Amino acid sequence: MLGISFWQRVYGRLIATWDLANYIKFFSSDYLIDSLTNSLEVTVLTTVISIILAYPLAYILAFKVPKRVQGILLLLSVMPFWTAYVVRSYSWLLVISENGVLNVFLNSLGLIDQPLEMAYSQGATVLGFVHFFTMLITLTIYANLVQIKPSYWKAAADLGAGPVRIFFRITLPLSLPGVVVGAFISFVIAIGDYITPQILGGGTDILLPQAIMLQISRAANFPMASVMAVTLMAVVIIVYAISAKHMKMERV
Amino acid sequence: MNRFADRDGNIETEIQKSLRNIHGGIMNILSIVMRMRTKILAVCFASLLPLFTLTATMAPLHVAAQELNALVWCDHADDKFLQPFEETHNVKVNVKTYEGTGAALSIIEQSSPGDWDVLVVDAPDAPTVAGLGLLQPFDESQLPINDLFPDLTQAPFNYLDGKRYTVPEKFGYYGVAYNKDKVDPEDMKTADVMWNSKYKGRVAVYDYYFPTMQLVAISMGIAPDNITLDDLEVIRERLLAMKPNIKMVGDIVSVQNALVNGDVDIILNAAEFVVSGLMPTLPNLDWNIFEEGGLMWIQGLSIFKDSKNKDLALEFVKYVISPEGQSRLATSECYWAMPSNSKTQLSDAEREILRWEEQPSYLARSVPSTISRPEIDSRMLDIWTEFLQK
Repeated sequence: MLGISFWQRVYGRLIATWDLANYIKFFSSDYLIDSLTNSLEVTVLTTVISIILAYPLAYILAFKVPKRVQGILLLLSVMPFWTAYVVRSYSWLLVISENGVLNVFLNSLGLIDQPLEMAYSQGATVLGFVHFFTMLITLTIYANLVQIKPSYWKAAADLGAGPVRIFFRITLPLSLPGVVVGAFISFVIAIGDYITPQILGGGTDILLPQAIMLQISRAANFPMASVMAVTLMAVVIIVYAISAKHMKMERV
Repeated sequence: MNRFADRDGNIETEIQKSLRNIHGGIMNILSIVMRMRTKILAVCFASLLPLFTLTATMAPLHVAAQELNALVWCDHADDKFLQPFEETHNVKVNVKTYEGTGAALSIIEQSSPGDWDVLVVDAPDAPTVAGLGLLQPFDESQLPINDLFPDLTQAPFNYLDGKRYTVPEKFGYYGVAYNKDKVDPEDMKTADVMWNSKYKGRVAVYDYYFPTMQLVAISMGIAPDNITLDDLEVIRERLLAMKPNIKMVGDIVSVQNALVNGDVDIILNAAEFVVSGLMPTLPNLDWNIFEEGGLMWIQGLSIFKDSKNKDLALEFVKYVISPEGQSRLATSECYWAMPSNSKTQLSDAEREILRWEEQPSYLARSVPSTISRPEIDSRMLDIWTEFLQK
């Protein structure tokens, strides 16, 4: 893929020109760079929202729910993973479209006169992603939280720390590896996903995987698609480097 | 540091413990299965025995002498379409569906010569594919094409260097599809609807950039089959001006969903192939071509140069363009569109939905959506990507 990114598609044939023309075009074209920035926006937003939702959920699961119920709730948490991506995305479309379940429900309650326009937007893509990744991050945080020894809290309390201070000085730092691992996995899956933005995003303000497909499906321009894929891979490597460093810092 | 190292050690132990629990559960199930294996095997055998017997009895009936490998659009995958040919010739037709000539070329590039026998291709792309040395020229004397619409069979894209490489098998239009309950059908008659502020945020676009820009060209009085690089710059301005009306851009299924779910009222760059299959159950849908001129899409059927079953492939082509094959292809599960054979038998309802009686006048007003030059195509894709991002 890296090699082909230096080639050219000329008159339907791949020519090994070994130049940087595709890279220059990608990084100098606003509309192509936009696909990268759109991807980063959606993915970062998805990851942040998922963490914000997942942490309290994992906390409740780990500490506020009786042990016998935890298994059932964990099972419910992983249920989104049992559904195919396409089915899950189309299901959301049935919920948020103008004639969808949510609009019909809100209208029947008299809360809205006109249907809310929710489908076919970046917000819809983020919604589809968050549904999936909240549960994924919940699991990784939960796995961390249940490992924390109660003796740490007891010692902190004996030394005069209140619940808030105990959370921010002990619980949160000790659960950060789970947060970072979950966030990294979510980021990697989301930034490379084509299906969810294609179905829920409405094909405008396209993300990098959609731009890659556009180059392949209509123009068979594999060199340009390779440039985009290499860029995507570079982003993932950078994020991994940051995540790994962060996790290492937490251990010190 | 030691404290955290100790914690990490605990995490690993806990994960290992979880894995051991899962492993233990699986082993328990396996041991139960092993203990009951004799009973389970007996039950399975007893259950499957009638099936084995039936299969053994029927097997000779289903052994096909030959297999035909077809790289096609989704409308060729219907059993009702393939079965009559398979039964007549005692063959099995293996179909792989694709969308977009680029996708077809990538599949072909990853295949070995001789893997494929027939190809359904966007007919205007046929000379390009033939130019890559992938297609077998037809002997026209062997093709029963006299009943096919001459506007289609005589179009230049059928030929390369004077040889025919494709046979038009189905066609339709790029125009507008809409929900009659939500729009004024009078507004749908002209290409101005693309910029009509009445429909702000209520329009979907079928995501094929080439005909979309050709429709814009038609609205500006530019011949869609002779667009120059200079023309593209003014077309770009008009295309970007359309954006406030655009709610979404998507493939056929996506734009259909958007129309049916009420998220949009109009689909541009679409016509019968998007809504005809839905119209028997959703009569509020309709389609038409613009008064300024129609733009046609045409799908062609070609035979691969390296096919190992050229005779059978030719028989398949003959079947597809026969009135019998055409009526099944026209109303396929995947999408409906016009059959190329003017003698095709369609029901009254199908004729009305497809506007069959109007085809001579539609054809007279329309031009095929043909790809002119690679540099035009490349620039169009750039403009289209910009349109999607703006």
